[in-house]
Amino acid sequence: MTQSLIEIKNLHKHFGAIQAVNGVDLNIAQGEVVVIVGPSGSGKSTVLRCINHLEIPSAGAVYIDGVHLEDRRTDINKVRAEVGMVFQQFNLFAHLTVLDNITIAQRLVRKRSRGEAEEIAMRQLERVGIPEKATMYPRQLSGGQQQRVAIARSLAMNPKIMLFDEPTSALDPEMIKEVLDVMLDLARDGMTMVVVTHEMGFARAAAQRVVFMDNGQIIEVGPPDQIFINPTHERTQLFLSKIIKH
Amino acid sequence: MSASSPNQNPNQLEQIVARQRQQQQRFKTGVNISYGVLLLALAFLFSGLEFNIGPIAITTISLDFVFIRERIGFIFGGVGLTIMLAILSISLACVLALLGALGRLSKFPPAYALSTFYISLIRGTPLLLQIIFFFLALPQLGIRLSGLTAGVLALGLNYGAYMTEIMRAGIQSVGIGQREAALAIGMTQSQIMRRIILPQAFRLVVPPIGNEFIAMLKDTSLISVTGFVWEILWRSQRVGRQSFRNLEALLMAALFYWIITIIFSAVQNRIEAYLGKGERNSGGMIH
Repeated sequence: MTQSLIEIKNLHKHFGAIQAVNGVDLNIAQGEVVVIVGPSGSGKSTVLRCINHLEIPSAGAVYIDGVHLEDRRTDINKVRAEVGMVFQQFNLFAHLTVLDNITIAQRLVRKRSRGEAEEIAMRQLERVGIPEKATMYPRQLSGGQQQRVAIARSLAMNPKIMLFDEPTSALDPEMIKEVLDVMLDLARDGMTMVVVTHEMGFARAAAQRVVFMDNGQIIEVGPPDQIFINPTHERTQLFLSKIIKH
Repeated sequence: MSASSPNQNPNQLEQIVARQRQQQQRFKTGVNISYGVLLLALAFLFSGLEFNIGPIAITTISLDFVFIRERIGFIFGGVGLTIMLAILSISLACVLALLGALGRLSKFPPAYALSTFYISLIRGTPLLLQIIFFFLALPQLGIRLSGLTAGVLALGLNYGAYMTEIMRAGIQSVGIGQREAALAIGMTQSQIMRRIILPQAFRLVVPPIGNEFIAMLKDTSLISVTGFVWEILWRSQRVGRQSFRNLEALLMAALFYWIITIIFSAVQNRIEAYLGKGERNSGGMIH
């Protein structure tokens, strides 16, 4: 196997006395789609947030494309520009129009001209299916539309990796599909994606591997069918029985 | 309206709405009439009339209207300076409050210490002392400031310390998610502050800063203690003392402050309504 795009080595993270992540090792290859599942508080979001250094690990290391994030000489903003992130609560900039949301980082971080940034923004808005919302403000959009703008905002930076932190958990049921469709499309185009979600349909359609976490550790890793249909570990079975029943 | 509540008899609903509106209207009229009565009472109090109601002799305050007519223009001449002093001081205060708030929120110990030290020192001493200090104490160190400069510096420093809390609250009210999204996309700390946090905080701090400005308009009168600052209170004291007509002179000054405050409060309400309306309108569009 060639060098992994993302390497997580013996990652630990504690918040005060709480051990959120307790020794996680995970390598993710270029173009791979990995879905992380697990009960709430299992540390899956924390692992994801360590991949773009929004959380600083207590111990261990994260490498993106060979760059060690915890190294003090690393320009973290440069790395973050290559790693897009989509949040559960969308986090669009409330005071900016949709278009400005998508152009601001292109212009400030990628140093693109306004014209170029707007052209790219419109292309991404078309990709997520809502070019007509360009001049609106985030609060004028539905949750699903906001999340699609958030995806477009990340994609406009031409990231190598996209991180998704429960992207559909705050959405009404009828809006989940429109977001998952965009994500599926992205996966088919070969984007490297790490997705924390409970959407098993998405995992089965898009993921090469599913990672099951509990208590800050990886319990089981495997192809979606293996994890969802024939989980070997008892804790995985217990978790799946809970989310499938209800 | 009737369509959205099919259980309500449309006529009944209209009646209820009409009655509510009528009650509100009646209250408003009552308040306005009462204002009129209060103003009349005030006018009567200063009418100079003397008369008897049965055995009781009623005496009201009589004012020297010749003096008022002659001097009102002179005192009115201070209105512009008063407003200008307030604008200069509030501008300085805004800059200091922003810096103070950034220091207060900083994780860099000297910045935090400097900010909290400044707030504590200024809030721990009287505003009047600060004004006099700048005017009278600094010359001993070879720094000579005009009354106007000393006053603006002191007022700006003082209000800046109090307004630090307003700025801090405004900055902190911008959700953590906004920061994280900006970080995640590669923006630097200063870009995030200037382009994401402050523009959103601004909206929230405008109304409380308006309140501070209105308070400031009246506190500019403290600068009069330095002498030769031609604002409203200084002018009124000057003519009042010259002619032993302090009552008339100070009443005129009070009237001008009152009118300025009413005008700026109305402006302030407009701005607040405008900012609030923006929120509500756009909030209502969520589908």
